[in-house]
Amino acid sequence: MRVIKDNQILEDSWTRVDTVTADQPIPDGDLILPFKYWQQNQDKLANHRGKLAVCLNGEDKIEDIATHIGKFNLIALDFPAFKDGRCYSHARLLRDRYGFKGDLRAVGDVLRDQLFYMKRCGFNSFFIRKDKDIEDALKAFNDFTVKYQTAADGALPVYRLR
Amino acid sequence: MYIYDEYDRTIVNERVEQFRDQTRRFLTGELSEDEFRPLRLMNGLYIQRYAPMLRVSIPYGLLSSDQLRMLGHIARKYDKGYGHFSTRQNIQYNWPRLETVPDILADLASVEMHAIQTSGNCIRNITSDHFAGVAEDEIEDPRSYCEIIRQWSTFHPEFSYLPRKFKIAVSGAVKDRAAVQVHDIGIYVVKNDQGEVGFRILVGGGLGRLPYIGAFIKEFLEKKYLLSYLEAILRVYNLFGRRDNIHKARIKILVKAIGPEKFAEMVEQEWLQIRDSVLLLDQKEIDRVKKYFLDPPYDSKAAADTSFGQKLSTDTGFANWVKRNVKPHKVAGYRGVYISLKMPGIPPGDVTDTQMEFIADLADKYSASEIRATHDQNLVFAHVKQGDLYALWTALKTQNLATPNIGLLTDMICCPGLDFCSLANAGSIPIANQINSKFNDMDYLHDIGDIQIKMSGCMNACGHHHVGHIGILGVDKKGEEFYQLTLGGSPAEDAALGDRLGPAIAQKEVADTIGKLLDVYVEKRHEDERFLDTYRRIGIEPFKQRIYNGSVAQAEGE
Repeated sequence: MRVIKDNQILEDSWTRVDTVTADQPIPDGDLILPFKYWQQNQDKLANHRGKLAVCLNGEDKIEDIATHIGKFNLIALDFPAFKDGRCYSHARLLRDRYGFKGDLRAVGDVLRDQLFYMKRCGFNSFFIRKDKDIEDALKAFNDFTVKYQTAADGALPVYRLR
Repeated sequence: MYIYDEYDRTIVNERVEQFRDQTRRFLTGELSEDEFRPLRLMNGLYIQRYAPMLRVSIPYGLLSSDQLRMLGHIARKYDKGYGHFSTRQNIQYNWPRLETVPDILADLASVEMHAIQTSGNCIRNITSDHFAGVAEDEIEDPRSYCEIIRQWSTFHPEFSYLPRKFKIAVSGAVKDRAAVQVHDIGIYVVKNDQGEVGFRILVGGGLGRLPYIGAFIKEFLEKKYLLSYLEAILRVYNLFGRRDNIHKARIKILVKAIGPEKFAEMVEQEWLQIRDSVLLLDQKEIDRVKKYFLDPPYDSKAAADTSFGQKLSTDTGFANWVKRNVKPHKVAGYRGVYISLKMPGIPPGDVTDTQMEFIADLADKYSASEIRATHDQNLVFAHVKQGDLYALWTALKTQNLATPNIGLLTDMICCPGLDFCSLANAGSIPIANQINSKFNDMDYLHDIGDIQIKMSGCMNACGHHHVGHIGILGVDKKGEEFYQLTLGGSPAEDAALGDRLGPAIAQKEVADTIGKLLDVYVEKRHEDERFLDTYRRIGIEPFKQRIYNGSVAQAEGE
């Protein structure tokens, strides 16, 4: 997967499996599985060869993953459409409330013009939609140098700097 | 008024550059129409029936004279020489070219203005009382809180892709001049039993297809928790507001579906977790922002003037204007003055480039270089000495800006309607013209007194028709324009939604129908009773009878 991670473009080993049924065999390797599937098939996955990560979407209850956070190096949040903003809140809760320190990845309809906000909400890696220019997307992080309010990036509200 | 520092300037300039690049990418095809749409909307740019429409933000309606001059300049340079003040205390331009919008934004930035979040599914311009800081009935000036909320909500990374648009209003007075209860979040500044000042918070008000008066979910919120509480409301809404149906996506639908008590509980649970975080609002910051909203230097001898009283008794034209357009002020010898943008023959809220510059000059001369836009589409000078009123009136008359009709029948709220808007089903402006033609007798209008007519060209209700004492909604019936009337609405502290009078009426009959409604009022009213109070006392039946002559059932059955 060619992704932006911590402001750099790199190739990593993760593969996203977005639809999977219980009777399907799971391929080897580092996989991002739907959270619900992972929840229901933990026994079966115990012998998986490779690392496992999970992907949640806006419909999932983010508190359901709270007690499992230590099991993952990567959690992905899916934007089925870039206008669906629920995962901005999910990201903040994962970082601010549940203390997730690993790789928080935006997947799905991930486009340049939303990256600045996503990063502020706690995402540090981004799987840019395939038809878009990933180099171009990198520029988004420089859109603003001032932030009025606090978020998961630890920025102080600007008034505290005044 | 609030003055930008280096941080504010940087953020607005960076926005201009960001939007310039987004526009470039759209024009070269790098961004699709679907990808560009939310981006341009968050800069107030719509594609309308004939041309783009650009909505410029006027935070809580407050403008400096230099800003108003710039708005006039923009109207002349990039548009057709006029602008339209909207019900969100903003101004809209109906004819800019898409390619010029980045330049318009740069011009705006040069006077500390922008078009940020004037549309789109994000937190919109914070609105407030146009008499903030000068009203006699004020508990505390709401503008510093508006500014604090403005900064918190500007480019809020978590709440820029909400299920739907989100509107917040703040009032600091006893009388509600900001239609607080029909907002997604309404905030009243209140004093509790211990004499502490804080906020009373309601959620889920809103007009549109499914109108609701908001429900109070917090009776007293300490000031320091303002931002954490707002953040909790927005987070609950962002996570649980409906996204499957645009017509059911506003917070009012969520609040209605789960009930205000349950909603309040969810907010409370969320809030308790973030209440004491970095969101805690320092008193130091409140005090810092308050310094921008101090009184201008008032003349302590203003009340000694005697010319005002003299002119009142000798010039009836002036006296009529004072009676309707001039309001009391907390400082003796001063008044608040409405500049009516409801002159007959002109679409309500429209003002030309020349008028804007003229008003800016008058503000420099007579009102501390400051102008306010009201949510009912007029302008206000908030600091006029009584001794200057006559000169001000005389000057305003030369530019057709002294129509003495504030609060009267012809002081209508009116959306742009079918003439401009691509959503509209029917015209609004032609109806405003019809009403102005029929009711052109000032004595009659003064006799009818306070009445609010509000008109929308479609069910999206930009003209607030649900809360008009008389509401008018344009509907399309097989290609013909009809109008649905409602009675008894109010946007004020006694907020109410209007009741449907009966079947929609034909376009040519609207003004005559209003005439008949007013006949009923004149016959039935008690002394000093407003139309709304008479309506509340006698109910809808007498009005129904007069309009439909008992044929309602038949008409309904059509």
